[in-house]
Amino acid sequence: MVGKPKVLSVNGLRTSFFTDGGIVPAVDGISFDLYEGEILGIVGESGCGKSVTSLSIMGLVPSPPGKITGGEILYGGRDLTKLKEREMRKVRGNDIAMIFQEPMTSLNPLFTIGSQMTEALLIHTNLGKRKARRRAAEMLKLVGLPRVEEIMDEYPHQLSGGMRQRVMIAMALVCEPNILIADEPTTALDVTIQAQILKLMKKLNERLDTAVLLITHDLGVVAETCGRVIVMYAGQIVEEGPVTEIFRNPQHPYTEGLLKSVPDMRFKQERLEPIPGNVPRPGAIRHGCRFAARCPYRFDRCTAEDPELYGTQPGHFARCFLRDKKEETAHDETLVES
Amino acid sequence: MLQYIGKRLLQLIPVLLGMTFIVFMIIRAIPGNPAQVILGQQASKEAVAALEAKLGLDQPWYTQYFEFLMNIFRGDLGESLRTRSPVADELWPYLAATIELAVFAMIIAVIIGVNAGIISAWFQNSWFDYTAMILALIGVSVPIFWLGLMGQWVFGIEMDLLPTTGREDVRNPVHAITGLYVIDTLIQGRFDQFGQVLRHLILPGIALATIPMAIIARMTRSSMLEVMRSDFVRTARSKGQKMFLVVYKHALKNAIIPVLTVIGLQMGILLGGAILTETIFGWPGIGRYIYDAIGFRDYPVVQSGILVVAFIFVMINLLVDVLYSVVDPRIKYD
Ligand SMILES: Nc1ncnc2c1ncn2[C@@H]1O[C@H](COP(=O)(O)OP(=O)(O)OP(=O)(O)O)[C@@H](O)[C@H]1O
Ligand SMILES: [Mg+2]
Repeated sequence: MVGKPKVLSVNGLRTSFFTDGGIVPAVDGISFDLYEGEILGIVGESGCGKSVTSLSIMGLVPSPPGKITGGEILYGGRDLTKLKEREMRKVRGNDIAMIFQEPMTSLNPLFTIGSQMTEALLIHTNLGKRKARRRAAEMLKLVGLPRVEEIMDEYPHQLSGGMRQRVMIAMALVCEPNILIADEPTTALDVTIQAQILKLMKKLNERLDTAVLLITHDLGVVAETCGRVIVMYAGQIVEEGPVTEIFRNPQHPYTEGLLKSVPDMRFKQERLEPIPGNVPRPGAIRHGCRFAARCPYRFDRCTAEDPELYGTQPGHFARCFLRDKKEETAHDETLVES
Repeated sequence: MLQYIGKRLLQLIPVLLGMTFIVFMIIRAIPGNPAQVILGQQASKEAVAALEAKLGLDQPWYTQYFEFLMNIFRGDLGESLRTRSPVADELWPYLAATIELAVFAMIIAVIIGVNAGIISAWFQNSWFDYTAMILALIGVSVPIFWLGLMGQWVFGIEMDLLPTTGREDVRNPVHAITGLYVIDTLIQGRFDQFGQVLRHLILPGIALATIPMAIIARMTRSSMLEVMRSDFVRTARSKGQKMFLVVYKHALKNAIIPVLTVIGLQMGILLGGAILTETIFGWPGIGRYIYDAIGFRDYPVVQSGILVVAFIFVMINLLVDVLYSVVDPRIKYD
């Protein structure tokens, strides 16, 4: 991806929820760049802050109780966290669009597909109703839906889950956004449909040159679709790098654990090994590495200091003291025999 | 759809039949005799018996009931024992007065109640939300006669702003055509009278609107709160839609069905149960008409009057059910 311009730059983003039970730092200082035309994956177990990250970019963190408390999200020379709601509305759906996990509930059951498809066009462009409808129909064809003209007059409940997710994708792309955030777009679908939708997203990414931020907890999806991947754990980025690199040579014990727990023929392991222990509640660990309690390579420094992201290869980083150059002489554990 | 409506109408027959029977029996169980009431306490036994025979009241109850039913099926609501004129003719002006007041009250209740509920849900836990919900709580618990009397005292007597009784200015009576004075004055171009009619509607209208308004506001709020958390609301926002349209278009349409149910039930109650308000405000409505008929033991008026009110009540609920399927394409009646 080196050489391509950045379309989005997230720097030190913090998003917290101010609940009765205390402050929950769901996203705790994450930074990453998204380059033009790439598909960047974000993986991590449930509750690690993937959705909160994407909602923060969209300016849709439920508030109250949620609030962006720090950092910046740079898009087109502007910091989205500082935009007024009125300006942010112009970005949503037009520059940055989003599709959600649940195709069953993400469409409004009481409006026709046509009216929901044209909505963003009528907001962001000055196309008339007729032209917007034609444009929407073209988009529905592009995502591979049959009998488009009829579907435009149908309601969501008349479509299958896979069709609805195609509608969601078409709806998100209808204004040709620069960035598409897809928050677990295939989790709710069955396997064959999942593969179709991923292929479709990849095809559209190439065809329309839209940068995609693909959020998932499925490493298989990442392997098939993404160029680069970010691994999140408890509100932080623990590893970032090119997909091929990370799959071949994971640098963080958590990534290693994730890979071992994936049932995938390509990574020939004898049996699946789930990572022992549970994801800590956001904010539960204030000092040291958040993964330390579950880490097989834990040593003294892990609970005493906060690890940073250490570069291991160009473009590959891991938040683990084992990758700190200072440690290399003291310890010589290797994570993966490559 | 038409088939569904037909089926529902058929189902109504036993319900209405049962109701007529209960009313028939109850009114006869009240001590007192129509012939005696008409002739007065001094009338001789023979005169009372003669009148009873003339009115058909000497027949066994099942003969009387059967005859009443046969008349109803022929579309004949019977004759008033007291005035000897057909109930259908007599009843309409009263019913029209009630409908006018109930519709007026319901319009106030829906406009204020629905909007208050929406804004409360939109700005949950704001001062508006708290104020509106406290007012709604007071609204459902305050006695209507107290509210009516206070309204009369403050706005009618102390401030002398609004009329406190009747539905028209007695020195300038409305010439009835449909019986709905708002419409009658308009089609006659009598705008002075139209204003008068509206002024007469305000105090009883607000008194009558209070409870439904409070119930509608609370129902709208809770329904909206649930819908506002939906994924499709988030989708609408992610398209860059204005919050106002997200709320009033996407969310409201999804939240409105339980509110429609409440509106239908409350409308039925307003049409049938406004006797208290009608009494306080001297409103010549159907409640008063039936109430007075009970005093005179005017059996046909009571029986047919209650039947008409019950019929309207069930028809409103049928209409609400039909509206569901207009709002929600997933609801299909086959
Ligand atoms: N509305 C909210 N109120 C309070 N806390 C919240 C709220 N939404 C999210 N959180 C907190 O933020 C954390 C991260 O949530 P998020 O939805 O981003 O997880 P995720 O990585 O998307 O998980 P999943 O894979 O299950 O979708 C959660 O652990 C939760 O405690
Ligand atoms: Mg999520």
